[in-house]
Amino acid sequence: MSQDMSDDKLPQAHGAGEGHGEVAAADNPFADPGLPPHEPRRTDIDERAAKRAERQVSLLFIVSMLATVGFIASYVAIDPAKIVYIFPLGHISALNFALGMTLGVALFCIGAGAVHWARTLMSDVELPAERHPIEADDEVRADVIQQFKTGAGESGFGRRKMIRNTLIGSMALVPLSGVVLLRDLGPLPGTSLDTTAWKEATPTTPIRLINVNTNLPMKAEDIAVGSLTFAKPGPSALRPDGLQESDEDFQQVIAKSALMLIRIQPSDIKDAKSAALGFEGVLAYSKICTHVGCPISLYEQQTHHALCPCHQSTFDLSDGARVIFGPAGHPLPQLKITTDASGYLIATQDFDLPVGPSFWERNA
Amino acid sequence: MSSSASAKTAAPASTRAKPANKAEAAADYLDGRLGIYSLAKSNLRKIFPDHWSFMLGEICLYTFIIIILTGVYLTLFFKPSMGEVVYNGSYAPLNGIRMSEAYASTLNISFEVRGGLLIRQIHHWAAIVFVAAMFVHMMRVFFTGAFRKPREINWIFGFLLLFLGFFDGFLGYSLPDDLLSGTGIRFMEGAILAVPLVGTYISFFLFGGEFPGTDIVPRFFTIHVLLIPGVMLGLLVAHLILVFYHKHTQWAGPGRTEKNVVGMPLMPVYMAKAGGFFFLVFGIIAAMSAIASVNPVWAYGPYRPDQVSTDAQPDWYMGFAEGLIRVMPGWEIRAWGHTLNLGVFIPLMLFPLVLVLIAVYPFIESWITGDKREHHILDRPRNAPVRTALGAAWISLYLVLLSGGGNDLIATHFHLSLNDITYFVRAGSFIVPVITYFVTKRWCLGLQRRDKEKVLHGRETGVIKRLPHGEFIEVHAQLPQDKLHTLTSHEQYEPVELPAEVDENGVARKVGLLTKTRAKLSEGYFGEHGQITKPTAEEHHEITSGHGHH
Repeated sequence: MSQDMSDDKLPQAHGAGEGHGEVAAADNPFADPGLPPHEPRRTDIDERAAKRAERQVSLLFIVSMLATVGFIASYVAIDPAKIVYIFPLGHISALNFALGMTLGVALFCIGAGAVHWARTLMSDVELPAERHPIEADDEVRADVIQQFKTGAGESGFGRRKMIRNTLIGSMALVPLSGVVLLRDLGPLPGTSLDTTAWKEATPTTPIRLINVNTNLPMKAEDIAVGSLTFAKPGPSALRPDGLQESDEDFQQVIAKSALMLIRIQPSDIKDAKSAALGFEGVLAYSKICTHVGCPISLYEQQTHHALCPCHQSTFDLSDGARVIFGPAGHPLPQLKITTDASGYLIATQDFDLPVGPSFWERNA
Repeated sequence: MSSSASAKTAAPASTRAKPANKAEAAADYLDGRLGIYSLAKSNLRKIFPDHWSFMLGEICLYTFIIIILTGVYLTLFFKPSMGEVVYNGSYAPLNGIRMSEAYASTLNISFEVRGGLLIRQIHHWAAIVFVAAMFVHMMRVFFTGAFRKPREINWIFGFLLLFLGFFDGFLGYSLPDDLLSGTGIRFMEGAILAVPLVGTYISFFLFGGEFPGTDIVPRFFTIHVLLIPGVMLGLLVAHLILVFYHKHTQWAGPGRTEKNVVGMPLMPVYMAKAGGFFFLVFGIIAAMSAIASVNPVWAYGPYRPDQVSTDAQPDWYMGFAEGLIRVMPGWEIRAWGHTLNLGVFIPLMLFPLVLVLIAVYPFIESWITGDKREHHILDRPRNAPVRTALGAAWISLYLVLLSGGGNDLIATHFHLSLNDITYFVRAGSFIVPVITYFVTKRWCLGLQRRDKEKVLHGRETGVIKRLPHGEFIEVHAQLPQDKLHTLTSHEQYEPVELPAEVDENGVARKVGLLTKTRAKLSEGYFGEHGQITKPTAEEHHEITSGHGHH
């Protein structure tokens, strides 16, 4: 479409092509007067000033040498554990401070010396250099295209279409090998994102809720109204000791199975289904935010709101953990809990929804 | 007999003059093998123009070198492994705590390796300065139009370096396996899971199974220290070769044209200045690292997926992505047994899209101007009001989203409602860039008017003169010719006009949508409201000749 618009709208480059140093014609006050004459610096004309600059440059290099010696001395002499108070930085590592400052001074003074030298003693006469167009001239262009055509003609690439097409086909397919090789980076997801460690819990083989801090099972009366407690899965058939930090897969299991327990006056619970999943006002929600998976840890007692510190998704725990603010797209999954014969809190089934952030295969 | 013997032993005499000293002899030796004289011929006294803003790119180069130097040191001590250990070292508060070897070795570098903490801090500070310098360098190139032909490809290289710099920074941040970095990776997992169709597969292949798995640190380590820096090094070399090949741009001024470059030679002035500047940058970063601690991982503790600290934030350059994810409403579409998590997926797509728009800008502008000429003289930002306003609008969007990414900090520090900040950012992302655009454009036009005023009427001298009939006037002094030239040497495009509705044969011409769009955009850039017409020599002559009054 550019062909049907003319180029005459392009401006005339001002001063392009005019040689430097030309004095402008009297009828154009905007013409390029050319490079101004060089104005000497003090150091160019005053030998004493030049000598002083020379001493300043050398002094900077000498300071650098001393700082490097100081760096080595600090490395040898200062105990890595030593903490000192330096105003206004506060208590900091003496070794880190000494090494960093000496290294900083050693490097900075080399730089400052070199720049000062360049600015005061090296020539500051500005010189012009000509530019040459990046584009080749027409003759070179025609020559290269001719050479290419000769080469292409000799290869027969354009003539032997079958070779050309099969080559393109093979080149297009061969990178697939690289993609296929990536397959064993990990197992297929399957349905593993739909379930958590609580999936082993059944009415006949329930799993106890274990307090993360005390490592002990909990009773409903241990949880005060308005408090927030964190829990993990207790002993099960697969894991007779319950989930322990020393377990090889601890991180993966806790990443989905972490629980957040709160207790609300039963009359304050707005969602009947949520109340039924709880036990006497004790509600067990997934601790993992449904936005991108941060653990939720900020709880406001008065309003029963839980807030994720990463992106501020806010859930109303008294109303089925509905999202009331922020970027999360759906409520926190809830775990059905009850008590066993000894009065300990137990789970008898997995969460009612997949835990954590949404994913394409999520069907809920 | 004798003649053949002498032919065997006598080497043909070299035509080259005898070297005057050992240095010349050494140079001759190298020239015979590497051809250094031909290489140095045009480069030793290569001319570089001088302006403070040209050093921004140098800062990028030097911080990159510092990052590589310190990074190599860190790899000597860092153990990229998620094998579990119980910490028993000199940082007492974490003694007896279970953690990955990656985290334990980071603590070891910080507390037991002498100078290790310093190098870690220099590495991290240099990375922060590197990305910041790339940003500012890119702005310099954008606002001065230095990206125009022949430098569009170099603009792309620079853009790729910025993009890769982002990701390598993010990966590096993730390696110590502390609570904050683990939370960042979990965020990444959530974002990947939001990708339709393949999200769960990518996540499982990346983590080697379910999050967090045990593969992530060794995998990220290889990508962080080998793959991305390797690509970046290649791009950087290409970037610099092109800078050398194109020669540097320069500001308009007396004696400076599109066909020359005016400045001082590489040897000795630029060798001393640029070489010295490397040491200045390194020295300042070393001092910063001694004084200000960045990423004190020991304060966060090892990563556990069920724990998090408040004020969890990425490095500032990812703050823009963090803002997008924080202020996006939680839209989810559930249908046919699938979930599309738009609340995460849209920000995930917007992030690269906004960056790609910047990458293709040179091509958009050259399409609008239809200008196929080379440009080596820089534009003053005021002389390209639309471009400058677009750049400013982009920066304002960045800042709005950054404040969204730090909404919790803003809320606690300024005692504001977190929810209100989020609502402001949601609306502000659309409104603030528009306001910024118009304010900046008007500002540029105002500055253009002031330049025109100065050219035609001279500068104010501050001298008040009373005329015989009682009138007071302020005396204006004519600008010298070099100033007049500098202020009037910029180019002004005229808007592209649509071709006539009928062609020369009287047949109705079909005008495509693209052509119409281009004419519209061109009108916006260079039309009546896009620029102030430059003063002409005639206008200047008329005013200064004394015939007319002003």
